[in-house]
Amino acid sequence: MLEFLSAVNWEQMLTSIEQTLLMTLVPLVIAVVLGLLLGIVLYVTQKDGLWEHVFIFRILDFLVNVFRAIPFIILLFIIVPLTKLLVGTMLGPVAAIPGLTLCAIPFFARMCQIAFNEVSNGTIEASKAMGASNFEIMFKVVLPEASPALVSSVAMLAINLVGYTAMAGAVGGEGLGNLAYMYGFARRNDAVLFIATAIIVVIVFAIQFIGDMVAKKVDKR
Amino acid sequence: MIELKNVHKVFQVKQTEIHAVHGVNLTIHDGEIFGIIGYSGAGKSTLIRIINQLERQNEGEVLIDGEDISKLSKKDLRNRRMKMGMIFQHFNLLWSRTVAENIELPLEIAKVDKVTRKHRVKELISLVGLEGRENAYPSELSGGQKQRVGIARALANNPSILLCDEATSALDPETTQSILDLLIEINKKLHLTIVLITHQMEVVQKICHRIAVMSDGKVVELNDVKSIFEKPQHEVTKRFIQDVSGKEDMERIKKELKEMYPFSHILRLQFSTDISNQPILANVIRKTNLDVSIVNSNITHSMAGPLGTMYINVTGGNDKDYEEFIQYLRDEKVKVEVFQ
Repeated sequence: MLEFLSAVNWEQMLTSIEQTLLMTLVPLVIAVVLGLLLGIVLYVTQKDGLWEHVFIFRILDFLVNVFRAIPFIILLFIIVPLTKLLVGTMLGPVAAIPGLTLCAIPFFARMCQIAFNEVSNGTIEASKAMGASNFEIMFKVVLPEASPALVSSVAMLAINLVGYTAMAGAVGGEGLGNLAYMYGFARRNDAVLFIATAIIVVIVFAIQFIGDMVAKKVDKR
Repeated sequence: MIELKNVHKVFQVKQTEIHAVHGVNLTIHDGEIFGIIGYSGAGKSTLIRIINQLERQNEGEVLIDGEDISKLSKKDLRNRRMKMGMIFQHFNLLWSRTVAENIELPLEIAKVDKVTRKHRVKELISLVGLEGRENAYPSELSGGQKQRVGIARALANNPSILLCDEATSALDPETTQSILDLLIEINKKLHLTIVLITHQMEVVQKICHRIAVMSDGKVVELNDVKSIFEKPQHEVTKRFIQDVSGKEDMERIKKELKEMYPFSHILRLQFSTDISNQPILANVIRKTNLDVSIVNSNITHSMAGPLGTMYINVTGGNDKDYEEFIQYLRDEKVKVEVFQ
């Protein structure tokens, strides 16, 4: 067992963990903020929405669909010029962040829209009858009522991002996924392959656990 | 005063037009409890939503205290709505807020300051009898309690009108009664105009001063409660009244029989499936010396076959005859219940 583990470069493993967490957390935070805003716009401009606006909705809906349709790995290559412009390099974990973020925003926006649509029409009708403005309906009623679904969506987004960071290795993103592939699989170092994979699984489980816990806490249904 | 003048509402569903409200004229006076009754699809739900403009009419006027509210600006309409409470069949509370926070919502919307809000919530909670449940979430409440929260919420901004959309339809008879009592109480205490729509005749019978009967988008009959029950004109009204009086008759007959024969016994017999086809009653009458008269009887058809229920009045004979009579029926697997 010790012999098996001696094949692992622990310093390298630790750096990879840090890189994976960086590539997960930065896009997560940005996508939660921007995706939520985009989700709100999609929700209110959709048909029978609070500010129904067919033109704006069609455009945003189309863009979301396009970005969700492009395979992540292809998206990473397509936006290389943008990445260079934004972070000055196309290599390393920081270079993977724009691609991951661009992939995460439309995904989360759609999840938000779905969560808002789950809020009962009766509750919205009751708020209208109270004299609430559309702004109040959105922020005092729809958003809090959708909160458990939103929390679950954040957890799901985070888990997806962990998975995508592994692919980000393809553009020199490094991280645990890259380590497992380059050092573990390609160089036949089973210990590295096994341990890097195990750590990814642990991270995903931890996110799911925290997500479930928070969702349970905000869910008063 | 609420006045509806020649109100029409047409919904476009795919290729067909549905005329939900078809030229309704109504005047509802201040402080009255006004009931609108009709079967589902009669247009009553749409009509009540036109009063607070959740639905906009295609034609006609809605005047509240002489002001046509369909002509108000968005902002003025919102302010007007604050003075019109509404309660719903499915309560429509925010499950993410506690009882107190739910009641506070309309006050927040009306931009009432925090101290006044807290004070008002306290008053409302005691008005609807929910003391001690302030911090519970709607999911922890019974249906009746949820509707009490709904009523408190609707009354938060001291409205002059309360609209009730099938407010008791999701409640059991006992809870319905307690909610109706509460509505009567607040109508008297706050001199509130209450407009309620329902398909339950018992509800309008118990609390309404005047009733409008709706069918196919039109008001087909309008009168005070007494006149509606004593001389119903329209077919739909007659049907509604029949439903209620069927239940009442039994109570009346029972009372009358008790007065006529204070020492006789009224029994409720239940015949289950496999014995419905046998002449049990004829046999038992032949075997004893008792006089039996049938008070009421009916057969309902269930999945398992016909089920008979019969109310009989037994007179004459002594206690021993009477006991034998019941024993014989029980031997034949008839469920016997002494009906008091």
